[in-house]
Amino acid sequence: MNNGAIIEIRDLRKIYRLGKVDVPALRGVDLDVPRGEFVAIVGPSGSGKSTLFYIIGGLAPPTSGSVRVADQDLAALTDAGRTRLRKHNVGFVFQKFNLLPNLTARDNISVARYIAGGGSQPDPQFEPVLRLLKIEDRLDHKPSALSGGEQQRVAIARAIVNRPAILLADEPTGNLDTENSKAVLEILRDLNERHGQTILMITHNPEAAAYGHHTVHMRDGKIVERT
Amino acid sequence: MITRLVVENLKYKPMRTLLSILLVGVPVTLILSLVGISEGLSEDAKNRYRGLGADIVIHAKTASTVTSFSGTSLSEKLIPLIEQQPHVKLAMGVIVHSIDFPALSMMGVDLATFNAMSGGFTYLEGGPLQGPNDILVDRLYANQKQVHAGSTLSLLNQDWHVAGIIEGGKLARIVVNKTTLQDLDAATGKVSVIYVKLDNPALADAAAHQLEELLPNVVVNTMEYYTSMFAVNNIGTVKVFTYVVIGIGVVIGFAVVCLSMYMAVLQRTREIGILKALGASKAFILRIILAEAALLGVGGTILGIVMSFGACWTIRTFVPASFPMIIVQSWWPKVLLIALLAATSGAVYPGMSAASHDAIEALSYE
Repeated sequence: MNNGAIIEIRDLRKIYRLGKVDVPALRGVDLDVPRGEFVAIVGPSGSGKSTLFYIIGGLAPPTSGSVRVADQDLAALTDAGRTRLRKHNVGFVFQKFNLLPNLTARDNISVARYIAGGGSQPDPQFEPVLRLLKIEDRLDHKPSALSGGEQQRVAIARAIVNRPAILLADEPTGNLDTENSKAVLEILRDLNERHGQTILMITHNPEAAAYGHHTVHMRDGKIVERT
Repeated sequence: MITRLVVENLKYKPMRTLLSILLVGVPVTLILSLVGISEGLSEDAKNRYRGLGADIVIHAKTASTVTSFSGTSLSEKLIPLIEQQPHVKLAMGVIVHSIDFPALSMMGVDLATFNAMSGGFTYLEGGPLQGPNDILVDRLYANQKQVHAGSTLSLLNQDWHVAGIIEGGKLARIVVNKTTLQDLDAATGKVSVIYVKLDNPALADAAAHQLEELLPNVVVNTMEYYTSMFAVNNIGTVKVFTYVVIGIGVVIGFAVVCLSMYMAVLQRTREIGILKALGASKAFILRIILAEAALLGVGGTILGIVMSFGACWTIRTFVPASFPMIIVQSWWPKVLLIALLAATSGAVYPGMSAASHDAIEALSYE
């Protein structure tokens, strides 16, 4: 089945059960993402973007269908297996930054490295990335002392510190002003172009989507268009 | 990294952390105070009996406790009989009357015999017993009751004239004439205990055996054996009471840490979701919560030890004679283990709850 794609999805369905009611969130999604692609996923609220994001990231199991991420069949993975997938193959960037508020920027990055088994000491080879993200002199500050743009850049550093196969960004510019949004998007494009980082980015913003090589449009739990 | 995460978590909500440490520390203090009082009473009694200079102790089989006899079941007529035995230099009958909880007693002695056996009291104020209503009290009891030589002291529903203040460490804190106490207890000719001094203390075992054969209806022990029985573990009621207080301490520590960590887990739901998104396993999350609880247990133990010094100072200042509390350092590792057990077991449920959080729900928690 491996056709060189780092993400291969076939007839993916996800149904949430709310009380006694089944709510379908994904209704048969097919998607291939080649290694090194920067793909933007757009669509209205409730279209299934976040559910797709969570399943690819191993945060939720699929109800049916086939999902292979970095050569691993997610449908066959246990909870512990999906935890390992997140640890080594997936990096998350969230709209609300989601930094640990009581740790400094440096420790927020270190904790991701530690969880992945990389030890507590910073990786010297990661310093060029910190310079690229322009946060090398902000590392000893806690999130409350950082601007939104700085927090998101720390979140990106944390997401890629373990060199994941895929970077999943959920509305990474949703809480940023125009200037910081542009900076973050350029960083994502730089990471993609310079380091070959595969990126899937959910966004509502067409300008942000334009940074990707391709855009996937979703509606009612299905992919309706690819551009 | 886990240490940093745990320490930063504790620093993040300092009031919750301090309250948790305080509430773990209180039962630690209670346990240490109880043990300190029990051991203090035991040590104090042991030292006072050793200071008496007797080699053998004789009491009735019905005498109730190790640290203070009660009842007047021995006839004084036994004393001349005992004194006729080989190697017996002196025998002294003492009547004991319990005064105050837990082990404060008044002892009636014949002062001349007492002086011959022990070398006599050291008087800090006043002098020996003269009249029938004279009383001697040691320095600690005098401080506790704020009396001096010449003062009047009310005990056993009657007024006593404080003839002297004595240095402690010999037999009793409160001493009166034997005949006076016998009259008060309607026990003329009776005593609670007989102390025997030998001409050669090395013969105590043989002499005790000989006295046992002579007096089969009483209990005869060497002073060495008798004082060795003063270990707290040999006093059944104290042992049970200590276990009960330890049990209560564990329950309080468990409940406090359980509540505290449950609150912490609720407050940190989003952070737990973040850690899970980063790939943290259930065991990792549980480890953080347990480490945090263990740190609360260690903090509570340290605070409890510090507070036990405060409790010791307070008790020794206000009721030094009734509760001669001491600091028992050998119990510090034990209370640390007790606090760790209570704290970590209290954190298991919140920890499991945190570990099983759904990552997506946790990330969307506001």
